[in-house]
Amino acid sequence: MPDVRQSGAMGEAFVMDGGGIERLAAHLLAEGRSVVAPVARDGAVVYDAIEDPAEIARGVRIDSRPGHYRMERDGTAWFDHVIGPTPWKRFLHPPRETLYSMTRSDDGIEVEATPLPQASFAFLGVRPCDLAAIGVLDRVMTGGAHPDPRYAARRNGTLIIAVNCRVSAETCFCASMGSGPRADAGYDLALSELGTGAQTRFLIEVGSAAGSALLEALDVAPATEADLAEARWNAAAAADAQTRAIETEGLARDIRAAAEHPHWDEVATRCLNCTNCTMVCPTCFCSTTVEVSDLTGAHAERQQRWDSCFNVGFSHLHGGAVRQSGRARYRQWLTHKLSTWEDQFGELGCTGCGRCIAWCPVGIDITEEAASLRRTEP
Amino acid sequence: MLPGVGRVLSCRTEAPDVVTHRIAWDGWEGCAPGQFNMLGLPGLGEVPISVSGGTRTPGEVLHTIRAVGPVSRGLAALKPGAALTMRGPYGRGWPVEAADGAQVTIVAGGLGLAPLRPVIRHFAETARARRVRLVIGARSPADLGFLQDYDDWRGAGIDLALTVDHAPPGWPGRVGVVTDLISAGPGRTVAYVCGPEIMMRVSAMRLQALGVDAGDIFLSLERNMKCGAGLCGHCQLGPVLLCRDGPVLDWARARPLMMVEDL
Ligand SMILES: Cc1cc2nc3c(=O)[nH]c(=O)nc-3n(C[C@H](O)[C@H](O)[C@H](O)COP(=O)(O)OP(=O)(O)OC[C@H]3O[C@@H](n4cnc5c(N)ncnc54)[C@H](O)[C@@H]3O)c2cc1C
Ligand code: SF4
Ligand code: SF4
Repeated sequence: MPDVRQSGAMGEAFVMDGGGIERLAAHLLAEGRSVVAPVARDGAVVYDAIEDPAEIARGVRIDSRPGHYRMERDGTAWFDHVIGPTPWKRFLHPPRETLYSMTRSDDGIEVEATPLPQASFAFLGVRPCDLAAIGVLDRVMTGGAHPDPRYAARRNGTLIIAVNCRVSAETCFCASMGSGPRADAGYDLALSELGTGAQTRFLIEVGSAAGSALLEALDVAPATEADLAEARWNAAAAADAQTRAIETEGLARDIRAAAEHPHWDEVATRCLNCTNCTMVCPTCFCSTTVEVSDLTGAHAERQQRWDSCFNVGFSHLHGGAVRQSGRARYRQWLTHKLSTWEDQFGELGCTGCGRCIAWCPVGIDITEEAASLRRTEP
Repeated sequence: MLPGVGRVLSCRTEAPDVVTHRIAWDGWEGCAPGQFNMLGLPGLGEVPISVSGGTRTPGEVLHTIRAVGPVSRGLAALKPGAALTMRGPYGRGWPVEAADGAQVTIVAGGLGLAPLRPVIRHFAETARARRVRLVIGARSPADLGFLQDYDDWRGAGIDLALTVDHAPPGWPGRVGVVTDLISAGPGRTVAYVCGPEIMMRVSAMRLQALGVDAGDIFLSLERNMKCGAGLCGHCQLGPVLLCRDGPVLDWARARPLMMVEDL
């Protein structure tokens, strides 16, 4: 066998047997990393830290439609469950964290920094849409004049093992957003599941030196042209299977022009302002700051928590919220994703993962709403 | 974004609910006129407050605060010697260089005078060389702040006009809306406007009607802000993140955004 560590350069491809997933997870755990992987739990595939490679979800499929998500046991495939409700932001930009603490004394106030997180994550099973979303989040949280040091500390220590999709859920529309179903950059390793049952193999593409260094632990062989062709064919089939799409050409401009479209009133009659879409969305980054004090009031912490533009208080100004109506709040959310994100950060804020469609209790579908907003009223 | 600790050196009451604190803060290196800091109290929270003075005095900064809610009330009530958390400066302020070679009109409504004070000071130094008009409006004579500055400004050659919405009998000054006093020209005029949103909208339209270019009219806008650093998403006004791209915008950019209801 060739010395793959020598030859495992960026852009090169290898194959390993199906059991290689557990060897990879075991190796990452042995390196002392916090390995976050898909786990079947409470009727859904969620991403969570595992302690044992056997915890990784296997042989599950999902049925995901507007306002609907069901997990079913089926077969032995590792990664045909596409995506679950957990956005990876949960680990890089957690739902709550303490920024710093403050102690009052007769002498004044003492501010004490919370130590920077020492995370060294390995994300195992990041789908192309989610990989794109991590990139979008990186540019928001660390691309400006005041990068978030806590996000940066977590992100810098994170190894990403992407998994390309060969199955699409009914809610997926990554192909139209240009983010999937096959990842082309941004990963340390990208896996593509090939074959089924005893024939299961993984194509491994190397995206970084850190990814290359992992090959040693995996028992891999060079990929053949047939392996590469099968992976490409699978991804093309997943793309073809997608029934939803958003035409991105002219999208930001069209949504901007639709600020007074009557369709916002129509969506507002259905939207419950429950905030689900913003919680599951992998790019929604908004947060608020809250004070948590002890009983004496001498000690307080300033905590950051996820917030949502669907909360009335989100736009509070002395005298009342700016966005009082559900119409104004839904407009803010969709317009941000599909239009103003581009003004603010130079790209769209949606990668087509479809979570907001599946986890909306009333099945509001961003692809349909966008299409309605681009139709001029009769 | 770890805050530093400031200490109130002195306080001056400007109006019934408005106080200006002079604050000593090691971390202060000065800022551009129109920028703001995040001021906080442990257990209460942090709020954005414009720099009303001290833009050029490292170690010492002035903030003028109206007590309207829990945090601003706590801050306004601080006495000399009291401590508070401070971080900043944030945002993009008034582009004073935009007025090179032009006349200047400054319009302040109520507490809008606070963020304009560093601009007025800047133009006071050049008021002899060009026409600088300053129009100040307040609800009532008691709400007119920064009274001790007026003589200095007039002395520097600034053309100062005052008006109030309501006045008790015996008030010798003008009663009426601030927008009626706005004038501009002849020649190119650059305008700096701050006050309640509606007042800024009317002022900008008036200035435009007087021939001032939309790109030469600057306003300072307010939205809810939690971080001040472009990371929390609260201060969005359509395409603009106000803490990062503002709070000062020109009317050409602000107008379409201020015309959409509930944006
Ligand atoms: C760029 C900028 C500069 C400002 N400069 C000054 C100033 O110089 N002097 C002054 O007195 N006030 C200023 N304000 C307004 C001041 O920030 C609010 O009055 C203050 O946040 C109210 O907080 P509160 O807790 O006292 O009241 P509440 O009304 O109870 O507010 C609760 C929370 O809502 C948010 N909030 C409420 N009103 C505003 C508002 N107008 N702007 C932003 N966030 C708000 C804050 O997060 C606040 O903690 C400025 C606001 C901005 C955006
Ligand atoms: S807006 Fe919806 S489809 Fe787009 S990235 Fe967010 S959750 Fe996914
Ligand atoms: S669009 Fe759906 S998920 Fe989002 S707030 Fe409205 S009801 Fe909730």
